[in-house]
Amino acid sequence: MLVTPALLWTLLFFVAPFVAMALLSLNFQAEGGMTVANYSQFFTNPSYYRAMVNSLQVTGMVTLISVLLAYPFAWILAEQIPPRLQRLALLLAILPFWTSYVVRSYSWLLVLAQNGVVNDALLRTGLVTEPLQLANTRAATIIGFVHFFVMLLTLTIFASLKQLNPSYRKAAADLGAGPIRSFLYVILPLTLPGVVVGAFLTFVLAIGDYITPQILGGNNELLMPQLIMMQIGRRGDFPLASALALILMAVVTIAYIACARWLKIERT
Amino acid sequence: MRVYMKFFSAVYALAVYAFIFLPVAVLVVFSLQSTAFPIPPFTGPSSRWYEAVLNDPRLTSALFNSLAVAIISSLVAVALGFLSAWGFARFTLPGSAVMRGLITLPLTVSYLIIGMGLLVIFNMAGVPKNLLAAGVGHVVINLPLCFAIIYSQMGDHQINIERAARDLGATEAKVLWLVTLPMLWPAIFASLFLSMTFSWDEFVISFLLTRFDTTLPVEIWNLLRSGLNPKTNAVGSLVFAVSVVAAIIFELILLRRRPA
Repeated sequence: MLVTPALLWTLLFFVAPFVAMALLSLNFQAEGGMTVANYSQFFTNPSYYRAMVNSLQVTGMVTLISVLLAYPFAWILAEQIPPRLQRLALLLAILPFWTSYVVRSYSWLLVLAQNGVVNDALLRTGLVTEPLQLANTRAATIIGFVHFFVMLLTLTIFASLKQLNPSYRKAAADLGAGPIRSFLYVILPLTLPGVVVGAFLTFVLAIGDYITPQILGGNNELLMPQLIMMQIGRRGDFPLASALALILMAVVTIAYIACARWLKIERT
Repeated sequence: MRVYMKFFSAVYALAVYAFIFLPVAVLVVFSLQSTAFPIPPFTGPSSRWYEAVLNDPRLTSALFNSLAVAIISSLVAVALGFLSAWGFARFTLPGSAVMRGLITLPLTVSYLIIGMGLLVIFNMAGVPKNLLAAGVGHVVINLPLCFAIIYSQMGDHQINIERAARDLGATEAKVLWLVTLPMLWPAIFASLFLSMTFSWDEFVISFLLTRFDTTLPVEIWNLLRSGLNPKTNAVGSLVFAVSVVAAIIFELILLRRRPA
C-alpha cells in the first residue's frame, strides 16, 4: 500500500507522542492510578495561570497590530504601485523573511538594546536623556512578533486583494459610491475572510512560539511556551509540561473552531 | 484628494519598509564591526568576525549538520508525501478522508509541542538524543506540507494521462518514472524546497532532541548566551545570504518553466 509509510510515520511519531503526553499529564500508572493534579495546579497556581493570560494578551495585541499595519500596506502594494513593479515590491517586502528565526529576534535585540541603534538615535537627537529600557520587555516581544507577522499578513492580504474581480469596484462606482464608500462596503467585506484566515494563522503561530518571547521578552514575565520549556529544562517535570502543552493546544483548538464557524457563517 | 492619497501611501509604504528592513540592516552593518560590540558607533568595515565564524569548528560542523538534516529529512518527507498523495488520488480507500485528515493534522500543532511529544516517547523508548531524532521530528512537520502540496496538484486530468500511458503498454514503473513524476515535478520541487527551508530554520525540535552534535540554529542560540556579539551578526548575515540566494534560484527555476 502506497499510503502506509506516511500513515505509520504519523501514527508513530505524532499520534503516539500525544497519547504518551496525555497519559503522562494524568500521572497514569499501570496499576490504575490517575490524577488530574497537574491540571488543577494550572488553575490554582496564579503564576501558571498568569502565563496563559500573558500569552493571550500578547498574542491578541500582536494579531491586532499586525493586521492594522499590514492591511493598508498590502492595499498600497496592490492598488497604488504599477503592476509591473508589484512583484518586485512584494518580494522586497518579504525579503527579511529569509533571515533565520533565531537571528531575526537577535537582530531586534541589537536594535532595542540599552546602547543599541534606537537608543543611540534618541540620545543624539536629545529626545531622551537616559537610554530607554526597550529590550526585555513585553513591548519588545510584541515588536519582534509584529515584524514577522506583518510580512506574512501582507502576503496573504495582498493575495486576497488581487483575487477581487475588478468589476465589483466598477459596479460600486457606477452605482454612485465614492472611493471611501466603495472600500468600506465592497472591498473590505470581500477581503475579510482572507484577513481572518491570516489573523488566525498569526494567532496560532505566535501563541506557540518560544524563541521570540525568550530572546526579546526575557524572563521578567513568562508566556506559556516559556513556562513549558522551563518545566522541561530546568525542572525536568514532564507530566506538568505535558499538561500545560495540552492546555495550550486546547486554547488553539477553541480559536480554530471559532474561526471556522465565523467563516462558515460568512459564506452562507 | 488624489495627490494627498498618493503622498500618504508613499510615506506609509516607506515607513513599513523601513520597519521591515531595520533589523536586517542593523544585523548586516554591525557584522562588519571591527571592535568587540555590535553597537553604535560603527567602527568597521572589517571581515574579522566572518573569519572568526569560518574558523569556528562548532559553527562549521553545525552548518554541515543542518544541511544534512535538511536534505535527508526533506527527501524522506517528499517521498512519503508523494507516495501517499499518489495512493489517495489513484485508489478509493476506505476512510480516505479521515486518513488524509490524520496526515495533515500535524500542521496545526506548534513545533514546541511536537518536539516535546517526541522527547517524551524517545525517553520512554530509550532512544538517545541526536541528529537522527531531530530529523525524525523534521519529517513529522514537513510530511503534511509535502502531502498537501502534491495532493492538490493531482487532478483527474493527471489520472487520465496515466491511464493513457498504461493503455499504450507502459509498465507501472514506466508510468511512474516517465509520466507521473515529470508531470508533478513543479509540486515535488516546491515541496522539497519548502521542506528544506523549514528544516534549515527549525529551532525548537532540534533544541529538544539533540545534545552535543547539533544544528546551526541551536548553535546560534548557544552563541546568544554570550550577549551581543558581532560573531552572531556574521553567522546571521551568512545564513541570510544563503537563504536569499536559494530563494532566487527557486524563483528562477519555477519562472523558467512558465513561458513555455
